[in-house]
Amino acid sequence: MEFETIIGLEIHAELNTASKMFCGCPTAFGGAPNTSTCPICLGHPGVLPVANREAVADTILLGLALNCKITPRSIFHRKNYFYPDMPKNFQISQYDIPLTADGWLEVEMEGNNRRVGITRVHLEEDTGKSVHIGESGRIHGADFSLEDFNRAGIPLAEIVTEPDLRSPEEARAFMQLLRATLEYLQISDCKMEEGSLRCDANISIAVDGAMGTKVEIKNMNSFRSLFRALSYEDERQRFAIKQGETLVQETRHWDDAAGVTHPLRSKEEAFDYRYFPEPDLVPIEPDPAWVEELRGRLPELPMERLRRFREQYGLSDEIAVMLTSEKALADYFERAVETGQDPVELAKWIAGDLVALLKDAVVPIQSCPLEPRGLGELVALVAQKVISGKMAKEVLKEAFDTGKGPKEIVEAKGLSQIADAGELDAVVDEVIAANPEAAEDMRGGKEQALKFLMGQVMKKTRGQANPEMASDLIKKKLT
Amino acid sequence: MAISIEDVEHVARLARLALSEDEKETFRRQLSDVLEHARVISEVDTEGVEPTSHTLPLVNVFRDDVARPSLPTEEVTSNAPWAADGAFRVPRIV
Ligand SMILES: [Zn+2]
Repeated sequence: MEFETIIGLEIHAELNTASKMFCGCPTAFGGAPNTSTCPICLGHPGVLPVANREAVADTILLGLALNCKITPRSIFHRKNYFYPDMPKNFQISQYDIPLTADGWLEVEMEGNNRRVGITRVHLEEDTGKSVHIGESGRIHGADFSLEDFNRAGIPLAEIVTEPDLRSPEEARAFMQLLRATLEYLQISDCKMEEGSLRCDANISIAVDGAMGTKVEIKNMNSFRSLFRALSYEDERQRFAIKQGETLVQETRHWDDAAGVTHPLRSKEEAFDYRYFPEPDLVPIEPDPAWVEELRGRLPELPMERLRRFREQYGLSDEIAVMLTSEKALADYFERAVETGQDPVELAKWIAGDLVALLKDAVVPIQSCPLEPRGLGELVALVAQKVISGKMAKEVLKEAFDTGKGPKEIVEAKGLSQIADAGELDAVVDEVIAANPEAAEDMRGGKEQALKFLMGQVMKKTRGQANPEMASDLIKKKLT
Repeated sequence: MAISIEDVEHVARLARLALSEDEKETFRRQLSDVLEHARVISEVDTEGVEPTSHTLPLVNVFRDDVARPSLPTEEVTSNAPWAADGAFRVPRIV
């Protein structure tokens, strides 16, 4: 039997508009319950929703970035269901005529390209949030629930992929690329932990080319849990098939703490949303000139930028992926490159020490105390052998902590290493004269002696000799 | 097209309606009549006619993305039968 894993994703991204989808309530995250609500998003009778132009523009922009076709005339539908997180008892969504459809996004993984089909990108409104009160703390066994509609009505783009992904690794890479795309377009905050970016997955195992039973997985709140949940489910399904068990088409819930998926209590009947055209909202017919204007707003997208970084700057795959995963990080790098320093060195410093410092301090790159120009200065100091790489790490840390420029720090601390050939030459001569035995051993080819002599040079210069130059000088004089 | 008692029960469940046996039978007959009427209409030749989702001759009605003040919190839950600390309280969901 030959097994193949088949995965498709359904992603929801909250759009970062100032106001909600169909009313003027602000879209701020958090806040006391129901402080950002009005008769429209509370579903009072007799109100009239009006679509937010910016949300429509954002969705078209996303569609264009994902190579989708823009539908000449699309409409909204009502999706009917009874659940208290939607005060209207229906969600305004799109059904058979989405705003954009039929595109693709290409993911590169270990040199292989995978073109993932995008079935559709449509626009809908987000739901409210329920807090379940009771001993269990969960929906099951709760005494009652509290509803907060601050989130209800926030514009939500839904992106559905074709079942084109072939492994949990690919699914994660796709999701990361999609996140980066949304971030580059600056249309969503993309915070999986805060729920502004959410992902559900369909996974099945094809056996000898025959389609398997599809299982939907929910509640994956990070790239890590997406990967873990899919890996778990992949294993579970393969094992079941090998055991001759029959898989059930169902929705399963990922339990991150336990590291397992378990079935959601099955509904007695399949969902029946009774979609029908939303009578309060008129159709959308995007003016071709408007679409072209939006197309003109498309920035260089993450995959293009990654490929350019590799070619233009000679960056490794790993570092290029890391730098282009966030627009601001890639921008920072390119501004640092403008200082004329070696791009590969600059990239290494950013991807290594700088990103670690930012992470520790929980500071976004946009507010990095060390400006790109400062990083260029640091790399220049190393290149000119004013300071060693080891010293540079300390200088970087201090520049990050204090906001001072690297040059300023090096000067103030008297850190600059002795890279002056004449000065160093004199020191090396002194060391050789003072340690005739070691010098003799060195002439005899003993490695240990070089280390000893280097140590003496460093001691004499209080660690400020350029190690490479000092070592070269000793070798030149004693071999 | 006739619909069954099971169909009526399904639709009633989706709408969260509790129906007596008599009501189910009444609605079964009435809904069948409605569907029969729809069937007659569906005999009209609509070849080449776009489905009508809206009767208004309007498209692209948008508002600018400008936030305006929301409802004062005390008014938000003032009509709610059950509320606590600004949140709507609802009975146990499942
Ligand atoms: Zn509102």
